[in-house]
Amino acid sequence: MGYIAGEYDVIVVGAGHAGCEAALAAARMGCSTLLLTINLDMIAYMPCNPSIGGPAKGHVVREIDALGGEMGKNIDKTHIQMRMLNTGKGPAVYALRAQADKVLYQREMKKVLENQPNLVLHQGMVEKLIVENGTCKGVVTRTGAHYRSKTVVLTTGTYLRGKVIIGDLSYESGPNNQLPAVNLAHHLHELGFEMVRFKTGTPPRVNRKSIDTSRMEIQPGDEEPRAFSYETTEFITDQLPCWLTYTNEKTHQYIRDNLHRAPMYSGVIEGRGPRYCPSIEDKIVRFADKGRHQIFIEPEGRETEEMYVQGLSTSLPEDVQLQILRTIEGLEKAEMMRTGYAIEYDAIVPTQLWPSLETKLVENLFTAGQINGTSGYEEAAGQGIMAGINAARKVQGKDPVILDRSQAYIGVLIDDLVTKGTNEPYRLLTSRAEYRLLLRHDNADLRLTEIGYEIGLISEERYRRFIAKKEAIEKEIARLRATKVKPTPEVQAILKEMGTTEIHNAVELADLIKRPELSYKEIARMSPPPEPLAPEVEEQVEIQLKYEGYIKKSLQQVEKMRKMEEKRIPDWVDYNKIAGISSEAREKLNQVRPVSLGQASRISGVSPADISILMVYIEQGGKVYSKT
Amino acid sequence: METDTIAAIATPLGEGGIAVIRVSGPEAIPIADQIYKGKTSLADVPTHTVHYGYIVHPDTGERIDEVLVTVMRAPRTFTREDVVEISCHGGMVPVHAVLEALLSAGARLAEPGEFTKRAFLNGRIDLSQAEAVIDLIRAKTDRAAKVALKQHEGRLSRLIRQLRNEIVETLAHLAVNVDYPEYDAEEMTSRFLRERCQQIEKEIDRLLSTARQGKIYREGIATVIVGRPNVGKSSLMNALTQENKAIVTEIPGTTRDVIEEYVNVRGIPLRLLDTAGIRETEDIVERIGVERTHKALEQADLVLLVLNYAEPLHEEDRKLISILKQYTAIVIVNKIDLPGQLNLEEVRSLVGDTPLITTSLKQEKGIEELEEAIASLFLLGKVETAEGTYVSNARHIHLLKKAKQNVRDCIDGIDAGVPLDMVEIDLKNAWQNLGEIIGEAVAEDLIDQIFSQFCLGK
Repeated sequence: MGYIAGEYDVIVVGAGHAGCEAALAAARMGCSTLLLTINLDMIAYMPCNPSIGGPAKGHVVREIDALGGEMGKNIDKTHIQMRMLNTGKGPAVYALRAQADKVLYQREMKKVLENQPNLVLHQGMVEKLIVENGTCKGVVTRTGAHYRSKTVVLTTGTYLRGKVIIGDLSYESGPNNQLPAVNLAHHLHELGFEMVRFKTGTPPRVNRKSIDTSRMEIQPGDEEPRAFSYETTEFITDQLPCWLTYTNEKTHQYIRDNLHRAPMYSGVIEGRGPRYCPSIEDKIVRFADKGRHQIFIEPEGRETEEMYVQGLSTSLPEDVQLQILRTIEGLEKAEMMRTGYAIEYDAIVPTQLWPSLETKLVENLFTAGQINGTSGYEEAAGQGIMAGINAARKVQGKDPVILDRSQAYIGVLIDDLVTKGTNEPYRLLTSRAEYRLLLRHDNADLRLTEIGYEIGLISEERYRRFIAKKEAIEKEIARLRATKVKPTPEVQAILKEMGTTEIHNAVELADLIKRPELSYKEIARMSPPPEPLAPEVEEQVEIQLKYEGYIKKSLQQVEKMRKMEEKRIPDWVDYNKIAGISSEAREKLNQVRPVSLGQASRISGVSPADISILMVYIEQGGKVYSKT
Repeated sequence: METDTIAAIATPLGEGGIAVIRVSGPEAIPIADQIYKGKTSLADVPTHTVHYGYIVHPDTGERIDEVLVTVMRAPRTFTREDVVEISCHGGMVPVHAVLEALLSAGARLAEPGEFTKRAFLNGRIDLSQAEAVIDLIRAKTDRAAKVALKQHEGRLSRLIRQLRNEIVETLAHLAVNVDYPEYDAEEMTSRFLRERCQQIEKEIDRLLSTARQGKIYREGIATVIVGRPNVGKSSLMNALTQENKAIVTEIPGTTRDVIEEYVNVRGIPLRLLDTAGIRETEDIVERIGVERTHKALEQADLVLLVLNYAEPLHEEDRKLISILKQYTAIVIVNKIDLPGQLNLEEVRSLVGDTPLITTSLKQEKGIEELEEAIASLFLLGKVETAEGTYVSNARHIHLLKKAKQNVRDCIDGIDAGVPLDMVEIDLKNAWQNLGEIIGEAVAEDLIDQIFSQFCLGK
């Protein structure tokens, strides 16, 4: 049964946040691309919280934008509020977060996909891959359509053998009662992929009309216009607030009384859940001494009364969920529109991937998003764009693009996944990045636009603007280094006004700006630039000079690792033949098959001594001191 | 190029006539120059030449050893970096003193196999030695693993672990403020962080104050021989000194009758305190009372208590044994060639865990065993100073100093108004330095800590 339905360069399976970015990147790079999804109405759907960004995640959105991706632009068009978080802290951890209008976000993304040249959208459930001699040659859908292609990107989200759990009820389902992808899950297992079962969950939704926000704390958006994309020029000013309320002792008691009905504790759930996203029942058990937990009430969009109850993720039975809601201040009369649920799904063990996100087992097959063990829209999109780029480059016979840990949070994310694997749904945190100071939110364009341009995802026009910005920054920094101010009465007055000590001799502006009390604004007052600078240039000048010492420290650490990263491990290396490395190291090296000594050194269980031995072995061409 | 300069002892540890310490890296020559006193500065000498001179300590200016220094400039060296090799007198004392001087001058102690690693990274390796190098790496790793294992049980690793816990709690707190800005955790203030850092610095200082290995290698393990008159203290001293070629020195600026003697027991330097006292007072009964002994003990790293097998246990012996419990000690029951009056079982139960050796110094019996006991106490890291933990090797001291510097940088950053999420980098480095001491530096710990310490979620 079946028919030949078409031939493409790249096929992307799944149209969530990973799939959209993958398909757009491939199509924009000139590949004929097919995007298949079980339900075309679910494109770029947000099954959980209606928000994009935040620490580390927001950084990823900026990085996607600098590489020419869509997420940043799309949320800029469709948010209901934006806030810059962490503004009281250092610039490395400023983080933009948007509340999304979910439906609008989907509609806008679908529009972009539909209008993208080289891209075909089709509704269909993929059940099998066409694999010939260990190489992926296409996919087969449930309706019998055989699509052939040079590469395939799988972005299956939580659909893969998905199972929804509410109390003692459980049924096969994707998110939000969508059809699950069951046969594809079995097929991947048959192909030989090592699979894991993960779990995640979502809270109930309530009707705005049934709750009393006057008894909650208002959480408005920033007044200053904000945007993720470096290309956004129009800003949404009409914002909607979110609301903050708390659980209380009554809530906790009710949950404790009903714990026996929680699938988490009755053993119904087998999947591994994320620690950073515990269900409310989990929070009550694990942090018993905490008297209250925050609950944020967030609108799901402008055209709906549906509100997301952040902090109340749960898989308790429906009746218990309603009672819990009604113990909370402001929610006493809440009408529950959707019930919270836990969802279990299959993922592949991500150490089975190369850093390009191509699988080691099946050539020309790429995976991105939750199938790789991550959680979060941004993490998915970040992998999606990389998988799309690398699938397209494979078609074009080019080397993959691999971002390293000092270039991008996306690099940290992918390196962690393919090198260390994960035993819970993986979420990015700023603490996972060792070069956090270099991976700032403000400099994503400086880090990645060049790469995006070379790949062909950044327009000439945007690139020219970027170069102009870069040059303006360099010029102004050079000027501040070359210019000294003298202790004139005007200068002393400014210093005094800012509450910092006066100067006695002529001082370099580049040194003066390092004082915590001073910003670029004051420096420019003392010695204005020949032409006024754009705010984003001023921002860069200030950050780069102010934190120069710390940035240098980080750069030195990067330099130290660089050499190890550059030493490639050749294909002929046979870890079983290297005498002297520990057996744990041997096992892990065989599993991960690192591409560089740098990657090898990050595998847990591989010691510096193992690395040294490996180096000697490689240098010997494997001839000397092998076991045989 | 690697950014730092490494140093390590290149010859096997032991009692060789000459030992070589190798330094490699961009700063190898300037660092060596800081501790070298010779006719010309090493910066000015031609490459691949040997120079005679002295090594002095960079902080104290104290002369350490007479040496030959070989200067080899990149690229014609083993590592293809600038290399300096210092040949000094063999034996643990001068070798470690020179190494410590280099570390104080800014070199970093090399990890096992690191010279080879650099040779490789810089595109050169001695092909014919590949096997030997691998064996060396393995041997070193095995030894390091054994040492690490022993220290796992030790008090040091417990203290380091405690300290690391304090730091990681602080780091997790900072991380939660950053990663979950809306979570209702108390915001870490700079005042609070500063206090935490000062506390941590103080604790590192306390560890460092007990970290006297460098001092011990220079000065020897302060050893006091105690016992009632006529039990054989003098014979014990003679046995140790005769066996081991004692060097008798006069300490400048002290009175003549406080003489210290150095003996070298299986490569471990002992500094026998108050030897003049023992030598002179052996005949004069009761000159050393318990009180004075107690005072001498306060300076001791190791106490050797001598008991007389030919006499029943004296009240004073009991007092000495009870005092002993606060110290690292060995009990020596001497004169076992004579008919026994002493109840050995009773003594054993009184001394508890303290090692007990029986000797006949007169017949030169039991000296081997005594030396063995001293060596194993030392090598097991059980020799502790009066203050407590004994940090037992140069690598640990070096890492502790680095950790301290990082905590200092953190405090300085706070004082300069740098945002906390930036100074956090220094604190994280300190945490990693400490982790390297006990072989734990995995960043995953932090992630675990965040989620066990705070209740987070959507």
